[in-house]
Amino acid sequence: MPIQKGMEVSIAVSEAVKLANVDVISAYPITPQTHIVEHLSELVADGELKAAFIPVESEHSALSAAVGAAAVGARAYTATSSQGLALMHEIMFVASSMRIPLVMTVVNRALSAPINIWNDLSDIMAQRDCGWVQLFAINGQEAVDLTLQAFKIAEDPRVLLPVAVNLDGFVLSHVIEPIELPDQEAVDRFLPVFKPTLRLDPDQPVSMGAFGSPEVFIEVKKQVEEALIGSQKVAAEVWKDFGDIFGRTYKPVESYKAKGAEILLVTMGSITETAMTAVDSMREKGRKVGLIHIRLWRPFPFKEFFQAIREAKCLAVVDRALVPGGVGGPVGLEIKSALFEKKERPYVAEFVAGLGGRDLTVEVFAEMAAKAERYAKTQKEMRYEMIGVREK
Amino acid sequence: MITEDLKDFKRFTPKTLPKEEPLVSGHRACQGCGEVLALRMVAKAIGSPMIAVSATGCMEIISSPYPQTAWAVPWIHVAFENAAAVASGVEAGLKTLMAKGRIPEKKIAVVAFAGDGGTADIGLQSLSGAMERGHDFLYVCLDNEAYMNTGIQRSSATPFGAMTTTSPAGKITAGQTTWKKNLPAIMAAHDVPYVATASPAYYLDLMNKAKKAAMIKGPAYLHVYSPCPTGWRHGTDLAIEVSRLVVETNIFPLFEVIEGKYVVRKNNKPKPVEEYLKQQRRFSHLTPELIQTIQTRVDAEYARLLKMEGMTESTPTKTETKEE
Ligand SMILES: Cc1ncc(C[n+]2csc(CCOP(=O)(O)OP(=O)(O)O)c2C)c(N)n1
Repeated sequence: MPIQKGMEVSIAVSEAVKLANVDVISAYPITPQTHIVEHLSELVADGELKAAFIPVESEHSALSAAVGAAAVGARAYTATSSQGLALMHEIMFVASSMRIPLVMTVVNRALSAPINIWNDLSDIMAQRDCGWVQLFAINGQEAVDLTLQAFKIAEDPRVLLPVAVNLDGFVLSHVIEPIELPDQEAVDRFLPVFKPTLRLDPDQPVSMGAFGSPEVFIEVKKQVEEALIGSQKVAAEVWKDFGDIFGRTYKPVESYKAKGAEILLVTMGSITETAMTAVDSMREKGRKVGLIHIRLWRPFPFKEFFQAIREAKCLAVVDRALVPGGVGGPVGLEIKSALFEKKERPYVAEFVAGLGGRDLTVEVFAEMAAKAERYAKTQKEMRYEMIGVREK
Repeated sequence: MITEDLKDFKRFTPKTLPKEEPLVSGHRACQGCGEVLALRMVAKAIGSPMIAVSATGCMEIISSPYPQTAWAVPWIHVAFENAAAVASGVEAGLKTLMAKGRIPEKKIAVVAFAGDGGTADIGLQSLSGAMERGHDFLYVCLDNEAYMNTGIQRSSATPFGAMTTTSPAGKITAGQTTWKKNLPAIMAAHDVPYVATASPAYYLDLMNKAKKAAMIKGPAYLHVYSPCPTGWRHGTDLAIEVSRLVVETNIFPLFEVIEGKYVVRKNNKPKPVEEYLKQQRRFSHLTPELIQTIQTRVDAEYARLLKMEGMTESTPTKTETKEE
């Protein structure tokens, strides 16, 4: 029986990658992703993980090499953050449209400028539309579990898409948490050896990455979209399997004290646990506040989201990225447009907070919940409010 | 060691050329294209089992309009600047899968193809990385001396004086104002086991070099001169003649760098560069003074190449190519 052990989340993620028995790792260092790939290179150097470790010369090449490796039928993995992810942008779209199943950990960090190594979600949100499955971990155990699940989702013949597992830089990646690493035998049962649908094989030659004229392009995009939407069903099956084997359950949207809540905080990633503490203390004071957090960001789980918010009068959406010149942040934007089709809908207070590693404390969540309640009362017209900005 | 890798190397002769065509006809290259000819020769020389990786560019576009493909061997294209990186992943993937017994153990040639723009400019970083890391693959630069796929813009491999759509012959400047980047030297400086130049007019030489390069363990680099009648503005029947003249004038000398030793195909009675330049309208604006400038440079470069040969104490190895 696996036991819980205190370990740094980054190390735990690399141990999960090892448990997944990857064949090729290609990576380039960037804070705060470094501990993951350093540890992986150690595992390879010690022969504990039988894989090729390609220390590429850039993130653009990291993803390109992972695509090449996956194309020959290898289980491929990479990890990055921030500027590195931005440098991969071009290949992000190629990987999904070429239907390359690979897994990448994104240790979320702000995008320059000013250069800043701390956490927010602006790196991954700039990749929102790249056609990848995108998952968010709220703690170290989830980071481990989602990593294992990601390979199974990506490689499913009904999906064949790359998957990004997001975890917050430093505030999650560098903390020590109690984590249960599953047994290899159980992982092997859950995640068998990768059997590619198509691969570059001299005995059965195929051409990958062909030139697509207007007569075929739109059909390719439609297929990618269908596969991405269909990945939610596959994820549900994978989560069921995972629960059966490991006893931990996962859903695309999770609720916390949402029953009877009039105000719901909406979060993603590791801030969720702080927000839960804030919910606890507001509940103690008799305020009807709850929380939902979105684990599956792409494809967006509309049905589960509507289900989770059906009793709420007001949503306080916490975005950790900004869509400059728009209505707020990407999560707020998604939710507002999703709700537009609903006759009955809650008031949406949209907050942009925590950019570039600014602390999001229990008090800040209480402040956002209180503001949301106030604004909802008067149905205040707002696009978004940036929280904690010093005026002087 | 190269001698070990090449112990079964047999040189092609006109009678022993392979029949197999990894790149088949029906592709959409322009009439008289020298690049697709060079590509076909390299692919033919290497043959199956091989995995081809193309950078974005003319050869990728003309060979893969979905749902057709001219590739009879497995082929992948991902983007413009990353052929060497994709090939790195392909090679590492094959190696690991073979080591784990998931695919049969055998030598599969991994060959990356890119134009001069995809090599000398935007792809130089990923190429340098892959060479330095020592992947077992061959990188082939098909050098048509400009960005042809996007409409004949200059690259750092465009020769001095050549007119392109972004180095026009204007009132003040006369075409390309810089000298061609020396890619084979840059590759040789990576201390890879094998670097060579080739030209389609010397087809046996080209094919033998390609075969050798693919057999050698570790990274190899082949720089192939690839005439483009459309971009260079010469007759569509002249690709071979132009690619012979470029060697006969010493503008593009043929040589190998085998484990650091330069082996040059000697040409001590070069034709004047003017003979080469005058066939192509991309040079038609050049004044006699500019032609002389080019002549001086070409002579100096050739002398430098011979010096490199002397400096690297080339002792002919068993595997060295004889003159064709
Ligand atoms: C990142 C990026 N920048 C620019 C382009 C546009 N582009 C496509 S092919 C090409 C030129 C290719 O030139 P070269 O590598 O010399 O090959 P050729 O077409 O001449 O064979 C360019 C500029 C691109 N596809 N991707």
